[in-house]
Amino acid sequence: MSVIPTAPLNVLKPGDYGSDQDVRWCPGCGDYSILAQMKKVCAKLGMDRANTVFVSGIGCSSRFPYYMNTYGFHSIHGRAPTFATGLKLARPDLNVWIVTGDGDGLSIGGNHLMHVIRRNVDVKILLFNNRIYGLTKGQYSPTSEQGKKTKSTPMGSPDAPVRPISIAIAAEATFAARAIDVDVKHLEYVLERAAKHKGTAFVEIYQNCNIFNDGAFNYATDKATKTDTTLYLEHGKPLVFGKDGDKGVRLHGLTPEVVDTKTVKHDDLLIHDEKAPDPSLAFLLSRMRYPDFPEPLGVFRAVEQDTYARLVRRQNDDATAKLGRGDLQQLVTGEETWTVI
Amino acid sequence: MSAGGHATAGSGAGSATAAGGGNGAARKPVHALPSVTVRFAGDSGDGMQLAGTQFTDTSALVGNDISTLPDFPAEIRAPAGTLAGVSGYQIHFSSTDIYTPGDEVDALVAMNPAALRTNVKAVREGGIVIVNEDAFTAKDLQKAGYASNPIEDGSLKNYRLIKVPINKMNAAATKETGLGAKDTDRCKNMFALGLVYWLYGRPLEPSLEYIRQKFSKKPQVAQANSLALKAGHAFGETTELFNEQYQVPKARLAPGKYRKITGNEALAIGMVAASRLAGKQLVYCSYPITPASDILHQLSAMKNFDVVTFQAEDEIAAVGAAIGASFAGALGVTGTSGPGLALKAEAVGLAVMTELPLVVVNVQRGGPSTGLPTKTEQADLLQALYGRNGECPCAVIAAASPADCFNGMIEAFTVATKYMTPVIFLSDGYIANGAEPWLVPDVNKLPKIQINHPTAPNGDTGEDGKAEFLPYKRDENLVRPWAVPGTPGLEHRIGGLEKQDVTGDVNYEPNNHEHMVRTRAAKVAGIQPAGQDLLWTGPEKGDVLIVGWGSTYGAIKAATLELRKQGVQVSSCHVRYLNPLPQRLGSLMKEFDHVLVPELNLGQFRTLIRNRFLVDAKGLNKIKGQPFTINEIVRGVRALLDGHTDDLEVNVPTDDAGLDVNADNTPGGG
Repeated sequence: MSVIPTAPLNVLKPGDYGSDQDVRWCPGCGDYSILAQMKKVCAKLGMDRANTVFVSGIGCSSRFPYYMNTYGFHSIHGRAPTFATGLKLARPDLNVWIVTGDGDGLSIGGNHLMHVIRRNVDVKILLFNNRIYGLTKGQYSPTSEQGKKTKSTPMGSPDAPVRPISIAIAAEATFAARAIDVDVKHLEYVLERAAKHKGTAFVEIYQNCNIFNDGAFNYATDKATKTDTTLYLEHGKPLVFGKDGDKGVRLHGLTPEVVDTKTVKHDDLLIHDEKAPDPSLAFLLSRMRYPDFPEPLGVFRAVEQDTYARLVRRQNDDATAKLGRGDLQQLVTGEETWTVI
Repeated sequence: MSAGGHATAGSGAGSATAAGGGNGAARKPVHALPSVTVRFAGDSGDGMQLAGTQFTDTSALVGNDISTLPDFPAEIRAPAGTLAGVSGYQIHFSSTDIYTPGDEVDALVAMNPAALRTNVKAVREGGIVIVNEDAFTAKDLQKAGYASNPIEDGSLKNYRLIKVPINKMNAAATKETGLGAKDTDRCKNMFALGLVYWLYGRPLEPSLEYIRQKFSKKPQVAQANSLALKAGHAFGETTELFNEQYQVPKARLAPGKYRKITGNEALAIGMVAASRLAGKQLVYCSYPITPASDILHQLSAMKNFDVVTFQAEDEIAAVGAAIGASFAGALGVTGTSGPGLALKAEAVGLAVMTELPLVVVNVQRGGPSTGLPTKTEQADLLQALYGRNGECPCAVIAAASPADCFNGMIEAFTVATKYMTPVIFLSDGYIANGAEPWLVPDVNKLPKIQINHPTAPNGDTGEDGKAEFLPYKRDENLVRPWAVPGTPGLEHRIGGLEKQDVTGDVNYEPNNHEHMVRTRAAKVAGIQPAGQDLLWTGPEKGDVLIVGWGSTYGAIKAATLELRKQGVQVSSCHVRYLNPLPQRLGSLMKEFDHVLVPELNLGQFRTLIRNRFLVDAKGLNKIKGQPFTINEIVRGVRALLDGHTDDLEVNVPTDDAGLDVNADNTPGGG
């Protein structure tokens, strides 16, 4: 059963999901790829344009709604989750996507991100992580590495970075995944998985800002290194990476370690379980970072829980079942009255 | 003392009949009074708010006009017995129309020395002061800062001091329940309430019924409270301390069915009514904040009215969710107080830019910053009007009284949806918690809120044969269509960037920006009121026009009537629509020699009308966290006529008869 409202009658192509607006991201920006894969997934799943809403905050990524021929709301900095929550409370049937960035979602909007996730509001969150502020022309972001030299940190950033997936899982995310802008097939797969998830789907997308932070993810995209620096997660499969799967990850107590798969049996490797009710292993995966570990890509966690709007609406239904549909005259009159003749 | 015996001898109903009919109290003479003001004051743990609301409910039920002023500290439980912990509740009940909770207190109940010290100043000369003499120990006197015991040293000689051993008598009355001293001690407020019920000939039954329901699962507690209430009543009847009883006859209100209502209740009910009148779901989004939280509490208990409530993670999330709900086609509303409005400012600007309907309720309190969370003030007017970046006009409506919040909410949603605009609705702490009688409206006669969502494109057909939807194509009122997600063919994008008129496409051109700024301003300036934009008292010509807005309505109206009785040519004009202002206000003011603007701020509305109408209005300004008394306004008008003014304000001291924890001039004060 699909949870996505689908368009009736004529079959739409990816191009049909694009608006008539000129796309104004810098040439070579990773955002173009994400937009293209999003349209592909819309077409593949036959999403109903009329029932789909893209909501964003402020930043380069947040221009996204203008380029989709669906309903869209380009809101204010960091607050997209709040508008999306109101939309879903009023119209739980809508297919709502939030597009945000590392500054919008994790800095000014960090509080809302935590709460939309913990409530399991049925929205899909795409966090474009380029580890820099692009629209304000190159200041460090909450995901920039410590020591990062930018316009606002000429002597290097003293801030320790946050890890988006760790934050999502700590906030009880029912779905958390990661993809890279240039691995288009995998990105498409992750977007499709997110689209099909019931509840908050949090997707971190490594996205290259070729103007202010070019090559931030070269280690994970360069053909020469990527097999050793990334690891594609597959549910029920051991964590294997490297050329020809020569490396794996196993647990040593509570610590992951990289091992040689020629000497360590597959059965001893960590088996990925995205459906584990306990988020501890997913969190552990979110801590694996280059250069000490390969960085996992794919679905970290995908579990089912009641969605927020459904829980809220159930209370309305229960109250109405118990008390009957509210009588306005009775409410206005109240319990105690007196009559003046 | 046979309080226990008395209480068990008769049923509650029997006592109530005896007291209410006045038969049982026939031993002492009964004097009729046109109106009385009573204040209950005690420690914040003494249950004074409950005693006050019970007295109010009963007075309303016997047919008096009522007006109340609860006054409590910001701390939930300040140290017991201290000045900071004093909680009070004032009720004015009357046989005639009243507009305020009363200038002077006729009878004060003080449960401890701190309550006496902070409240006795409000009692009129010769007024009744009932004290719980058991609480006047050396330690409690010291906590209240009394050097000598005021109930022994003669310093209260200007009052009729009644010393009642409330602790002891309450303990004796409730002993038979078998409850511990801690539990029975909590019934003291009911003993005091029973005593005041007797003094003013009120029936006990409504409160006995309240106790039965409230403690239905704790029969011992219910019994103790009932016994205390009856014992207090019996004490009044039998004691030699009182030699007479008072009666305040029914008020001659307009015929019909009445209920008691507070401002926050009226807001919640008004929102639900608006949603029914619009045929729309209500989505109320809020973050807890005093004194607005009660709106959230009330609405969250109305889920069978298709009301969705959302307790957001912060003020910004609350307004964001309300705007999201509006975009989705529901009635989005957020409620807050001053500091919260400051946090919502950017999002309100987004609603102005995207031209979505939104209602923002601001229950004002003392500021700036955290200020005085539990006290009233009117200092957010300019914030509501101007407190946003850019040229960012909103409609602003203010309630005149608790009951006025009901119609006000219907009007706010009518304006918001008709003009696709945010409406900021101003209430304040005094309106929020104050109560008055309300003629219950027939909901079938309330005006429907007409809303049309487009279902088809409104633009020309393009070369591809498809018609275009133009989200910023405006109607004759400059209003854009409210197309909601889920409507096929009307997919469109809105946002905070400046947009081209008609198409809604992002646009940074100079002429377009000026056009859009002027269009948004003209749209709001052209809003027609959905109710009375001003309320007038007196002739349209005279010496002085008092112009007010918000919760000063009652005090100004009463002062106007009082001054007219004294022969002063004064009228008053209460403005409900603060933006846009009623245009005729300018010409109305020109018919008077003087204009006085009483406000609980430093002159925000005065600034506004001086600026808008070039009128030399003077302010009467009070910033004490307390509403105006009638007398203060009377004195203000006289000072104005006597020429006691400077450039902007009349020079007249305002009272400090409210609960003032820093009072240092109380009788007997050390």
